[in-house]
Amino acid sequence: MSTSSRSRPWIFLGKRLAYGLLAILAIAVINFFLLKMAPGDAAEAMAGEAGTATPEYIAELRAQFGLDQPVLVQLGHFLARLATFDLGYSFRYGEDNVTLIFDRLPATLMLMSASLLVAVIGGIIFGVTAARYANRAPDQAISLVALLLYATPPYWIGLILILVFSVWLGWTPTSGMVDVLAFNTGWAHVVDVAHHMILPALTQAFFYLAIYIRLVRAGMLDVLSLDFVRVARAKGISESRIMYRHALRNAVLPLLTVVGTNLGGFLGGAVLTETVFSWPGVGRLMFDAMFARDLNLLLSILVLSSAFVVLTNLVVDLLYVVINPTVELK
Amino acid sequence: MTQNSRRGPAVDPASLSAVSRRNFLMLSAAGLAATGLVPGLGPDAAHAAGGTMAMTINPEPNAMLSAFNTASPVAVISGKMTEGLLHYDFDLNAHGVLAEAWEMSEDGLTITFQLRQGVKWHDGEDFTSADVAYSIMEILKQHHPRGKGVFAKVTSVDTPDDYTAVLNLSEPAPALMYALSGWESPIVPKHVYEGTDVLNNPANNAPVGTGPFKFVSWERGSHIILEANTDYWAEGQPMLDRLVVRIISDPSARVAAFEAGELHLGGDGPIPVNEVQRFMDSPDFNVSTRGTELNNSLDVLEVNLRNKILAVPEVRKALMHAIDQAQMEEVVYYGLAEMLTGPIPQSLPHLYTADVPGYAHDVEAAKALLDEAGFPEGDDGMRFGIRLISPAIGDTYDRAGQMLKQQFAAIGVDLTLVSADVPTFIRSVYGNYDFDLSMFPASVTADPTIGLQRFYWSEAIAQGTPFVNASGYSSAEMDRILEAAAVEPDTEARKALFEEFQALAMEDLPILPLARPTYTTVSAANVVNAVTGPEGARASYGTLAFE
Repeated sequence: MSTSSRSRPWIFLGKRLAYGLLAILAIAVINFFLLKMAPGDAAEAMAGEAGTATPEYIAELRAQFGLDQPVLVQLGHFLARLATFDLGYSFRYGEDNVTLIFDRLPATLMLMSASLLVAVIGGIIFGVTAARYANRAPDQAISLVALLLYATPPYWIGLILILVFSVWLGWTPTSGMVDVLAFNTGWAHVVDVAHHMILPALTQAFFYLAIYIRLVRAGMLDVLSLDFVRVARAKGISESRIMYRHALRNAVLPLLTVVGTNLGGFLGGAVLTETVFSWPGVGRLMFDAMFARDLNLLLSILVLSSAFVVLTNLVVDLLYVVINPTVELK
Repeated sequence: MTQNSRRGPAVDPASLSAVSRRNFLMLSAAGLAATGLVPGLGPDAAHAAGGTMAMTINPEPNAMLSAFNTASPVAVISGKMTEGLLHYDFDLNAHGVLAEAWEMSEDGLTITFQLRQGVKWHDGEDFTSADVAYSIMEILKQHHPRGKGVFAKVTSVDTPDDYTAVLNLSEPAPALMYALSGWESPIVPKHVYEGTDVLNNPANNAPVGTGPFKFVSWERGSHIILEANTDYWAEGQPMLDRLVVRIISDPSARVAAFEAGELHLGGDGPIPVNEVQRFMDSPDFNVSTRGTELNNSLDVLEVNLRNKILAVPEVRKALMHAIDQAQMEEVVYYGLAEMLTGPIPQSLPHLYTADVPGYAHDVEAAKALLDEAGFPEGDDGMRFGIRLISPAIGDTYDRAGQMLKQQFAAIGVDLTLVSADVPTFIRSVYGNYDFDLSMFPASVTADPTIGLQRFYWSEAIAQGTPFVNASGYSSAEMDRILEAAAVEPDTEARKALFEEFQALAMEDLPILPLARPTYTTVSAANVVNAVTGPEGARASYGTLAFE
């Protein structure tokens, strides 16, 4: 099996994709029922926001949303739409779900890639350093900071960063993705967005960073005790080269797995960071949709999200082979 | 209800005084506005025109037009682009907007509006009486969450010429005259809506109005951009070039944005109440506590009378005696509230009366009432337990719940606090009647017939409908008063009816009134005309400017 799949990766791919599709379908159905179990529906949520409503108004909303139909019929409609890649319409926003989600997607992707990049680079540098000086002062300092970052809610870190860098120092904007009063275009717009992204990306990166440092440190310590490292040292190869060329490559697999998981959560965005920084990402949209019981929109995000998880898992598995040739596709 | 009339006693038009019934139907203030005598209407030469102002609306509106969705953020944004027939000053006198003059007939059954001429829709079409007729009959009366009630008595709208609209009523509807502002009853263009699926018309998210600002764009989750309507009918307005609305969902982040100078304005309490004093003391900001008098959101405790214990009137009176309003004002509201003596707040001075049964904070009196009602203290000092459910909207209700728990414990009532997200709250309280006490914001609006009747009227008991009579309270006397007041065109007679209402409401106590929280408007020091009337942040902002 394993020998044949190496020569015929499409069998592996086909199988994984088929499983993935099944998983997405199951996730969609389970989510549908889970969300249906939440008390209240979109009509009540909207009527509640309006502050006043007549019974006719609510009935009208229910009919408009299709909520007056039996649950199984609603599920049928939902699945039939999914099968044709139609994610439906959000009555609450008066807009197609696809438009709503894809309008928010760039913001989320930008924030998440920037923060993951910072976290991976920082995680490797600090993790390797900690392993190199294991149980000495640099290691203890790094481990303490990592522990603090891990234990502090990103929400709070974000607010403190805003207070220090935006309110006190005035270096960065407090929130948002663009300076809405400036109407920048072209290059100025790019710089503007980057400027706005510094604090939220750092906040989100800190959260990952703490985990990555510990992962890299643990992986490195495992590898550094192996014979080939001793051989390398005996050959007189410089310590840095041993760390980054020889050991890291073997120690990075667990990191890759976790980064892959974090990547999978990409589409869900980062609700807390997005809230603190008013970052117009998908996480906030999902959060709002939950409280408005906009199930169509919420299910659409969840389905897209699960598809993304399936895809990134697949890519990570393929990456294993590239990074470590001893791993085989099964 | 034993009597089968919904309307109460028939009103004999001949018995009414011709003067009093039109007390608030004076001639339009349009003439006054042009001369700058009405605050907030005339352009003020002292203010340099132009500029882009950043305001915040929270939470993000989920539509741009308040005809189909009257959620507060929608009303705020819609009010900049759409206009109504009237607007109101702090004394709730009406002034003309799209109407220049209006008159109600002797019998209160026809209201004639003379409309402003030369007004253009944002797309360049002329505004005419056909738009008014269409908006009222086809949009507001059919699809507006409150409109079905407000315009219930309107049977038709005649348009004898392009600038006259005549509302024909089956019965007098005095409350109607308080509901004609641009955010509450927006007039929409017939040529955009007629023959379309109005609920999903694209204009609902990109309104075509007559207001001082035109819709430009809406980046969901980020910001909304409006620009000046250069063809606006009021000379010199709007004073700003652009109005940009920033969506900042976290209250602390809004505080930071104000302090960093990224926000110039926010209404409806944009910052947490514990920050308000600091902003008031700061020279960089102005904080206004006015501008909610047309909305009048009250924090109240509705009592589920289906609960055998709470059905006993002495128990409800005991709970009232247990509440220490002074402490509540200080600890829960940081002094930013009017503590209520009855169901109508003092912000409606033409209807308010203090002459109602009062319940001073008195633990001994409360205990005596409970003893008398047959609920003695148990071994643990508690008499019975009840559940208080409130929607999870901000921390005011958390603080209020904690305080009530302490105050009720002092009289031997064990209060369990339940905080639920809004849809869960609505389903529990209004869908399943699964609550003992429910704490929520009850919006009285500018008229009790529109805002309060629904909580006290027995016919407003409608399971599954949010924010109506959930207590199950049913009193023939109360029904008679409310039904009479709803169709009483005489101002004095109507006030007398509402005084009766307030006294009875405080005697029967299906609802325990707590407070009218003051929602602040925060503006940067160089912003002028942030609050010009009771509409507050819902106003059109035609005169809003930088100093």
